[in-house]
Amino acid sequence: MVNHTNHDDFALDIHDLTVAYNSSPALWDVDLQVPEGVLMAVVGPNGAGKSTLIKAALDLIPRATGDIRFYGQPYARARHLVGYVPQRSSVDWDFPTSVLDVVMMGLYGKLGWFRRPGKRERELAMAALEQVSLSDLAHRQISQLSGGQQQRTFLARALVQDAQLYFMDEPFAAVDAVTERAIVTLLHELRARGKTVIVVHHDLQTVPEYFDWVALLNVQLIASGPTEVVYTEDNLMKTYGGRISTLASSRDRMEV
Amino acid sequence: MTQQEKRGWLGIGALAILFVLAVPVSAWLFNIRYTYTLATVAVGGAMLGTVSGALGAFAVLRQQSLMGDTLSHAALPGVAVAFLIAGRDLGWLLLGAGIASWLAAHFVTVVTRTTRIKPDTAMGMALAAFFAVGIALLAYIQQRPDASQAGLDTFIFGQAAAIVQQDVILISVVGVVVFICLALFWKEFKLITFNAEFARANGYPVRTLDMLLSTLIVVAIVLGLQLAGVILMVGLLIAPAVAARQWTHHLGQMVVLSALLGAVSGASGAILSALDQGLPTGPLIIVVASVLVAVSLAIAPGRGVIWTLRQQQRDRQRFAALAGLQEKP
Repeated sequence: MVNHTNHDDFALDIHDLTVAYNSSPALWDVDLQVPEGVLMAVVGPNGAGKSTLIKAALDLIPRATGDIRFYGQPYARARHLVGYVPQRSSVDWDFPTSVLDVVMMGLYGKLGWFRRPGKRERELAMAALEQVSLSDLAHRQISQLSGGQQQRTFLARALVQDAQLYFMDEPFAAVDAVTERAIVTLLHELRARGKTVIVVHHDLQTVPEYFDWVALLNVQLIASGPTEVVYTEDNLMKTYGGRISTLASSRDRMEV
Repeated sequence: MTQQEKRGWLGIGALAILFVLAVPVSAWLFNIRYTYTLATVAVGGAMLGTVSGALGAFAVLRQQSLMGDTLSHAALPGVAVAFLIAGRDLGWLLLGAGIASWLAAHFVTVVTRTTRIKPDTAMGMALAAFFAVGIALLAYIQQRPDASQAGLDTFIFGQAAAIVQQDVILISVVGVVVFICLALFWKEFKLITFNAEFARANGYPVRTLDMLLSTLIVVAIVLGLQLAGVILMVGLLIAPAVAARQWTHHLGQMVVLSALLGAVSGASGAILSALDQGLPTGPLIIVVASVLVAVSLAIAPGRGVIWTLRQQQRDRQRFAALAGLQEKP
């Protein structure tokens, strides 16, 4: 990076982040630093604010307080460094379009206004589809895809963004074994190329196997760091077992 | 372009040629004389159908059909107030309609955002309230001594015969602007319709684009009011799109086909109603459009009812055969 500030060591640096829907906080005073080049799982119970964390980072929802930096820059200036894989269920898959077309949407931001995707964009999209083993289905209508194929389409769309840091919101949710393996392989490829990947994850058993970094979240950040250090029974208990007390204490503080 | 895409465009082209040929064929078959007046009405109907068909595709994909119905009903008080202020001038009446629709849309947004009332309830309320005010104002206008020839009630069910050359020019100008907007912002409109969140993460001003697309839809509704009427306008907006969706999986083809089916509905409804002055245009247009929808829902390959049922039957036979094979030792 050109601009050497003290933030620069981290791919993502979240400081004092609080997000509130209505009266209760969804995220409370989160401080999180993610070093470059890690595969990080974000785990926590339902309603712990995992998706909210991603959406707040991407400026998709307003935050009450907090400063978020990507390689030392605010999101508005680091957009080209960030790729995003939203939840598969967040779109209508009966939309009239093809797999290739959806993947090319990842290039719209770079194309800018008024320019249509052309041959170059099509080639980039095909290359990304190759990486998720979906080339055969490039011209398939998206309404005919299985859940796993839908997920891989979204991953390919993020790959063409050619980002440094990727956010993936539950990519492993309800996918087949083939897709799960394909995603894991892809994650390792991304890490080998020095990318940072932040994944909202639900399957606690596979965390140590798939990820080298982890953040345990339940409205507040319970712990974050290398998986072998922070992914302990004690921390999991605090994240999942202590849910009610955590919420209550943050609510109390809100009212002060 | 894939083989399937090519076939789609060829089909749409063939349909367009059929549509143009229908003019001399109908003149010969049914002895219709395309006088200047009738031609004006037909062209006006076709163009209104084209604009609402194209934008209706987006309204349907954005799941805004009920919103379209609310907006068109809500236009009525605007028409009445504009008449009271400026008299019977189409430009002013449509401006009034647009403002009333916009107010209703704003009402729905504010109520949904600030209370616990759900969007469909808010829309139902806005539709009923605005329409009621409109009907009351209309009754008041018709009681006034000078209002005998006002004929504002044609806005309720539509009256194609009222379309004159000046209106056709207005419709064409607005239609061209609409299509230029669609062409310029094509990939952006596609993206915000499919996945608005991703668009926002990519830095697109989604709210502004959203507003632009919604405004175009309102424009299509308001323009079509004179032809289809406030009660049935939603049909001209969404029926062509619903029919078109059955035949293609390609957004561009869906929009073009929807525009074409809108033109067919608009023109035939307008001609039928102009031939017999007593018939209101709106219901005729919607009858034609609904027939197109019914046929499409029934026979479209891949998505039609008949195709789906046959596929289910085939699957059942296949599974039965497989199960039978497995039972053997």
